Amino acid sequence: MAVAPQKSWTRWLPVMIPYGWLLFFFLVPFLIVAKISVSSTETAIPPYIPVFDPIVDGMSGMWEKARQFTTENYVRLVESDLYWRAYLSSLWIAFVSTLITLLIGYPMAYGMARAPAHWRPLLLMLVILPFWTSFLIRVYAWIGILSTEGFLNNFLIYIGAINEPLSILATNTAVYIGIVYSYLPFMVLPLYAALEKMDDTLLEAASDLGCPPLQAFWKITFPLSLPGVIAGCFLVFIPVVGEFVIPDLLGGSDTEMIGKVLWDEFFNTRDWPAASAVAIILLLILVVPIAIYQNQQAKATGAS
Amino acid sequence: MRRLSWFNVVSLTLAFAFLYIPILLLVIYSFNEGPNVAIWTGWSTKWYSSVFQNEQLMDAAWVTFWIALLSATLATVLGTLAAITLTRYGNYRGSTLFNGMVYAPLVMPEIILGLALLLLFVAIGFERGFWTITLAHTTFTTCFVAVVVQSRLVTFDRSLEEAALDLGSPPLKTFFVITLPIILPAVVSGWLLAFTLSLDDLVIASFTTGPGATTLPMRIYSAVRLGVKPEINAISTLLIGVVGLGVIAASYMSKQQAVREEQERRAAGKS
Repeated sequence: MAVAPQKSWTRWLPVMIPYGWLLFFFLVPFLIVAKISVSSTETAIPPYIPVFDPIVDGMSGMWEKARQFTTENYVRLVESDLYWRAYLSSLWIAFVSTLITLLIGYPMAYGMARAPAHWRPLLLMLVILPFWTSFLIRVYAWIGILSTEGFLNNFLIYIGAINEPLSILATNTAVYIGIVYSYLPFMVLPLYAALEKMDDTLLEAASDLGCPPLQAFWKITFPLSLPGVIAGCFLVFIPVVGEFVIPDLLGGSDTEMIGKVLWDEFFNTRDWPAASAVAIILLLILVVPIAIYQNQQAKATGAS
Repeated sequence: MRRLSWFNVVSLTLAFAFLYIPILLLVIYSFNEGPNVAIWTGWSTKWYSSVFQNEQLMDAAWVTFWIALLSATLATVLGTLAAITLTRYGNYRGSTLFNGMVYAPLVMPEIILGLALLLLFVAIGFERGFWTITLAHTTFTTCFVAVVVQSRLVTFDRSLEEAALDLGSPPLKTFFVITLPIILPAVVSGWLLAFTLSLDDLVIASFTTGPGATTLPMRIYSAVRLGVKPEINAISTLLIGVVGLGVIAASYMSKQQAVREEQERRAAGKS
């Protein structure tokens, strides 16, 4: 590289602006969350102690205040089964819905990649379009479909499949439907990208050598699409673990997801330290998948 | 040689039906006369006039529009700089941290980002409202712009820039005269993505807002919690229409751009 003048500090200006922004608005906030997660709840504004004030307290005062830190919020997270059940159930719901999204998304991406070349931009656009439409609106649309007097029940009663309306809304089934529907484009796009650039001569060679199509698919197409499968699964799994809107609007009282617990802890109980501790543990759970995903991204951009 | 089998056709049909039927039902029933969103009683546009007469909704729409406009513009500047950092500066000290900070918000649950940003604003004593939402939206949409622009910069022919610099053009001028026009379609689609993400966001806005600033998704959310109403269908249809037109216009623009580049390439080949 290195065409621009090397020594001048102005060369680093384009780096420093976004770097500084993200440090201040992304990294620092997490340090603050970590700090508040070891603070105690207070009925004050802001609703936690200690609150540091370097000018009033001075160094010794700050040290004195730092002794007020407590691990009580974390102890509570471990002891109360509400929290760890919500974590486990979020992970399970995210895992199952990622799997369902893959099972629906793969044939779809495969069909798109096999479609005639002049159709593909249109099909791609049709996948991206819902992704641009409001998430909230798409979840809302399912309320009208799944409710007791909704389209699905009306339709099933009309064709005579059922006599009594099914209660799907406010159950985990509705949550799964909502997640799969909302996150399908995130799965299809990386899968399509992987399948579209596949070399067809490999399949021709396999078929010339007498390999049946299904076996050729499992031995050639699927392994080659694996980077797309991995990227798609992470793009769905990680945000779904912390999903709030879908379980809140489509789920019922037995739907336990940690995003909902965090929201209630913050907005209803107004226990900021507890909400921060919930967020820190959620972050620790997600650090490994996020790191794998980033590694994958870095490799993909490095290769191209 | 690729041919569609019956299996491909069936899976494509079912998948696209699954993606579009809910949206279609929502749009069609926004024109329903009756107050029930699942029983058709007749055509009417009365829910649209009730949306336009609803001052709370219209105020929220304006607030949302301005936040999206400001944050998308700021995020496009920051995101383009971030994309240049990602592609042009290689491995410098601190590059791993930077890459992490760009990619992590793409997948991180919004609820964590929202909480973290709110606690920052409280800690620094920034009054919450319009500006805190704008700053929060700028931060997370910057990362999306960075990824969109980066994908264009990776395939960029650097010899054009190098030629300009060799001929004595200063780096800043080279950027505006050579680089920016070439990556402009990606910058524009980055801006559009940032704009719609901001328009759409409920969770981060709910955390970082204060008294006085209520966005459209927040209004829709509190209305939806109280039940399904044809008025929500109407406002949703309007939003879908605006975003849909924007996306179609953007893809038309980038198609025109591709055609023009192709013509230029042919002309250059002939001469």
